Amino acid sequence: MSAAPVLEVQDLHVWFDLGHGRELNAVQGASLTLARGERMGLVGESGCGKTTLSLALMGLLPPNASVAGHVLLDGVDILAGGEDSLRPHRWRDIAMVFQGAMNAFNPVKRIGSQIVEAMELHDVASGRAAQARCGELLELVGIRAERANRFPHEFSGGMRQRAAIAMALSCQPRVLLADEPTTALDVMVQAQILQLLTRLSDELGLAIILVTHDLPVVAQTCQTAAVMYAGRVAELGPTVALYDAPRHPYTRMLFAATPDLTGTAGVASIPGAPPRLDRPLVACPFAPRCDSVFGTCRERRPPLLTVGEGHLAACHLAGSVA
Amino acid sequence: MSAAPLLAVRDLVVHYPMARGIVGTVGRKEERVVRAVDGVSLTVASGELVALVGESGCGKTTTAHAVMRMLVPRSGSVEISGRDIAPLSERALRPLRREAQIVFQDPYESLDPRYRVRDTVTEPLVIHGMGNKEERTERVRLALEHAGLSPAELFLDRYPHELSGGQRQRVAIASALVLEPKLLVADEPVSMLDVSVRAGILDLLDGLRRTGLGILMITHDLSTAAHYADRILVMYLGRIVEEGPARAVVNDPQHPYTRALISVVPRRDPNDKHREQILQGETPNPVDIPDGCRFHPRCPIGDESCLAVDPQLMGEGAHRAACIKL
Repeated sequence: MSAAPVLEVQDLHVWFDLGHGRELNAVQGASLTLARGERMGLVGESGCGKTTLSLALMGLLPPNASVAGHVLLDGVDILAGGEDSLRPHRWRDIAMVFQGAMNAFNPVKRIGSQIVEAMELHDVASGRAAQARCGELLELVGIRAERANRFPHEFSGGMRQRAAIAMALSCQPRVLLADEPTTALDVMVQAQILQLLTRLSDELGLAIILVTHDLPVVAQTCQTAAVMYAGRVAELGPTVALYDAPRHPYTRMLFAATPDLTGTAGVASIPGAPPRLDRPLVACPFAPRCDSVFGTCRERRPPLLTVGEGHLAACHLAGSVA
Repeated sequence: MSAAPLLAVRDLVVHYPMARGIVGTVGRKEERVVRAVDGVSLTVASGELVALVGESGCGKTTTAHAVMRMLVPRSGSVEISGRDIAPLSERALRPLRREAQIVFQDPYESLDPRYRVRDTVTEPLVIHGMGNKEERTERVRLALEHAGLSPAELFLDRYPHELSGGQRQRVAIASALVLEPKLLVADEPVSMLDVSVRAGILDLLDGLRRTGLGILMITHDLSTAAHYADRILVMYLGRIVEEGPARAVVNDPQHPYTRALISVVPRRDPNDKHREQILQGETPNPVDIPDGCRFHPRCPIGDESCLAVDPQLMGEGAHRAACIKL
């Protein structure tokens, strides 16, 4: 991409101390770049490290987690100084909408006061100014400003999710991490929320990472996608390229395992299960499930290499896989 | 159909009373009900996989629970192999329970964590007093292998936490199959599972259907329904608003609700830039179902005439929709 990236993740590692000398390597050297206004889907099976990666970007990992690698925000490494260098950016530059965020509102406080509180806590605005800004934010996500004085239970699930997005945007972040933002919602409400996220990135230049296990949602919403497997990015590139010409067998098999509404081709599950992450991986982690495996796959872990315009893949066959 | 279908539900109505609180009860506050299922008729034949689809709160799970007699309907009948189970006592019902079994959505919660696979799958046989010890062991082994857990010996002594999500759901299916039911109700059988293993579970159900089992699958996922079901029934606010052969419903939806719903299902192909028809707002509360056509407040093609009639399923042949504008 020509424009300077707003977010660069370089060789990020996250491991959890499980006690008794055991470790779980949830993220094992993940790299990706995100441009202004870009919507990137971060997809993969449960346990592939997609949520852990997002939490690492926010500096919100539990105390038994350790992080290594670089996270550059407009070229500045925000991980370099630990919590002290990350804190000024959390919510102000990178914000997150959590899975089930609509159920995370305090039930006995009005929606508006909770959004105002977030702004006051981060010294973005206070008093009247904060209330006015809260009204604008609600209007931005499609809720009438006067509804700010409603309680969470007076909102439907879709409206609470909109309010959670408004709250995440209250400090005017440049990057929004949305972790399964529509998983608990009905398909019609999901369409409304995805339309909202698309509009926000187009109009505000907001860069969005959409973390989800739902490939069709990414296919319809995001220009680019990163497919994660066993803690690393297996393939990254334009969504269309990943669908039309995947370079990693996992990407191809993941699409083939996803039923399509009008598609007539059969759906095939991927045999086996992802590897355990509490022991070192020396070979390609996908080799035991791969339909194109050969000798080298069981010996070396493939690096993430450029295979096309903005298209990277970590597969020993990436040069020849059709 | 000449013979009685395996499952025939007629004019099923299930209402849940709303809590009025002590003040409301003493003050004789008007009794209000949630009209969860409000006149549903459907059939499932042997060897048929019927998908009941709809958004949360449309009444699809309540319908499934009524079919299993996990609740007593307010009115209507539920016939399994020609016998109405709705008015039966628990005692009279017990032998019929073997004919219809249910698989729940969440295999992480539906299996007892302290039971080995062997115990979970044997329990239904014990409850129904079927077979002696050797026969039970053999039936359990067969059920596990039918459910794709083969060789069964590898799984018999495991606990749920030693199994993957897909394997757990297979155990749940095995414990439903062990009674050799004729009808299987599957309530969102794959929604808690990873995409990579969903197809395996659905292929298993598809294979069971081919051996003559009738399956009623409850799902919110139209893509899954389109791929695996013979027929799709679309529910909205307690009513079936459209039914028909799966491909016909997906490729040529009739009811304006189905049309909108189909248009917003995300497609796998990013090149597919079809127009979405996003309905604003959300499904109304089933306590206050609109007069006339229950969809008219959100309908893009409705007019005053829709206020006057509560439309029934219309149309010739198998593909029918409940809309007067067609």
